[in-house]
Amino acid sequence: MLIKRQSDQLILPSEITPRELVESRRQFIRQIAIGAVGGAGLIDMASREAFAQGTGRRKLTATTNSNFVVMDNKTSYKDATTYNNYYEFGTSKSDPAQTAGSLKTSPWLVSIEGEVNKPQKLDLDSLMKIAPLEERIYRQRCVEGWSMVIPWIGFSLSNLIKKVEPNGNAKYVEFTTLADKAQMPGLSEDVLNWPYVEGLRMDEAMHPLALLTFGMYGEVLPNQNGAPLRIALPWKYGFKSAKSIVKIRFTSTQPKTAWNMAAPREYGFYSNVNPDVDHPRWSQAMERRIGEDGFFARKRKTLMFNGYSDVASLYSGMDLRKYF
Amino acid sequence: MTPTPKQQGLIKASLFILALLPVVRLFVAAFTDQLGANPLEFITRNTGDWTLYFLCITLAVTPLRRLFNLAWLLKLRRMLGLFGFFYAALHFLTFLWFDHFFDVAEMLKDVIKRPFILVGFVAFLLLLPLALTSTNKMIKRVGAKRWQLLHRLIYVIASLGVLHYFWMKAGKHDFAQPTLFGAIVAVLLLMRVFWAIQKRVREQRLVTNPS
Repeated sequence: MLIKRQSDQLILPSEITPRELVESRRQFIRQIAIGAVGGAGLIDMASREAFAQGTGRRKLTATTNSNFVVMDNKTSYKDATTYNNYYEFGTSKSDPAQTAGSLKTSPWLVSIEGEVNKPQKLDLDSLMKIAPLEERIYRQRCVEGWSMVIPWIGFSLSNLIKKVEPNGNAKYVEFTTLADKAQMPGLSEDVLNWPYVEGLRMDEAMHPLALLTFGMYGEVLPNQNGAPLRIALPWKYGFKSAKSIVKIRFTSTQPKTAWNMAAPREYGFYSNVNPDVDHPRWSQAMERRIGEDGFFARKRKTLMFNGYSDVASLYSGMDLRKYF
Repeated sequence: MTPTPKQQGLIKASLFILALLPVVRLFVAAFTDQLGANPLEFITRNTGDWTLYFLCITLAVTPLRRLFNLAWLLKLRRMLGLFGFFYAALHFLTFLWFDHFFDVAEMLKDVIKRPFILVGFVAFLLLLPLALTSTNKMIKRVGAKRWQLLHRLIYVIASLGVLHYFWMKAGKHDFAQPTLFGAIVAVLLLMRVFWAIQKRVREQRLVTNPS
């Protein structure tokens, strides 16, 4: 099956806010600030980007796969690395950037287990060699109603799956995040059952869009973004994209995923991005794109499957209201 | 030890300035890009936090007055209550602006659909008659007894405020702070219940023992 260019047809080029307009709006706000607060503390856009370059993180070379690049503007590195949901490091959005320094990402072993012919433990270097690293620019939509656009680095999860040879009993793939009290201060809170578990149906896991992810913005993953290894599932709500993975298990039964266990009426196993199926507490029809939809722009419409209509065939015939 | 009228004036003026600091800080931080990646969420949450803080502070006036015999504290209560209303109004405004871009019809649909917003909206509506009857002229017009009854609504408003916050945080399974606020409000309200019972018991004793 040929993969269509993922630059989604639903977003017209005319709808994309021209960068100059975004910058001029920011400039406008700054000008008001000069009047309001006497010129104190202007932050220059360029210096924010310069900040990102001095991270000292290991660079990752990857070729951009143009089949998996959206036309939306990339979220700034600063926003993507300081606004995170990673409860193992605290429930506040600013917590992970501040406390995830304690995460030890090396040495790192991922245990492949369950219904496979070749169970094994793989370290990061072995994992990274399985397929060529690609850069893909994916949308990421949080269930809370905000979204970002991230240039991830990795390869299709299917490459790993083929290597370990799941047997006939393997209907699902389960991902487990590290849960080490010594490294993760948030574990002392009972907000979720630890360790954090996520999962996919086998055909979802084999879909080319499911990305085994090692980096972002040209570098290895920052700790707060799920270092050293995570998955990126752009057509599902962000909590499905498990971080800091230590175990990948192939099972015959549906995994007991963390948020589904915590609040089954609110967070389903599939959690596909769907503007027509509301969360019990808020509508999912709109979203706020971080860094863009701000004071002077309304929120934007959420797209079915976050604009990745290619996955629709996985769910044909399924009642997506029932299997939310 | 009661402060002199001049000192009370100074205390009131200082409190006024302090009470404005949260909103000033929000303005400055908004325009200098210090509110993080999602400034609108921050502003909405922060104005909500300060509404709850001021509601609790206002509710604490009478208990402090009674426990420490500081009758003059009553003179601060109106200002503190109005600041609670001020931050509530800002909080509501951020919701109407950032979430619905001033589309009142859309906002009302959201209010009806989402229980935690409905509760917050009702709490805000109930604050309006309290704010409107806060002036000396209005107190005289309404009459002391009716005014006191009307302003007991603050007990309902504070409780709805805590419920609003609790239900909002429940979606992220994050109950620590709402529970804390709930405990504080509960204590502040239970003290009044205790004193009301105490008063009734005393009055009954006087009736049965007119000596």
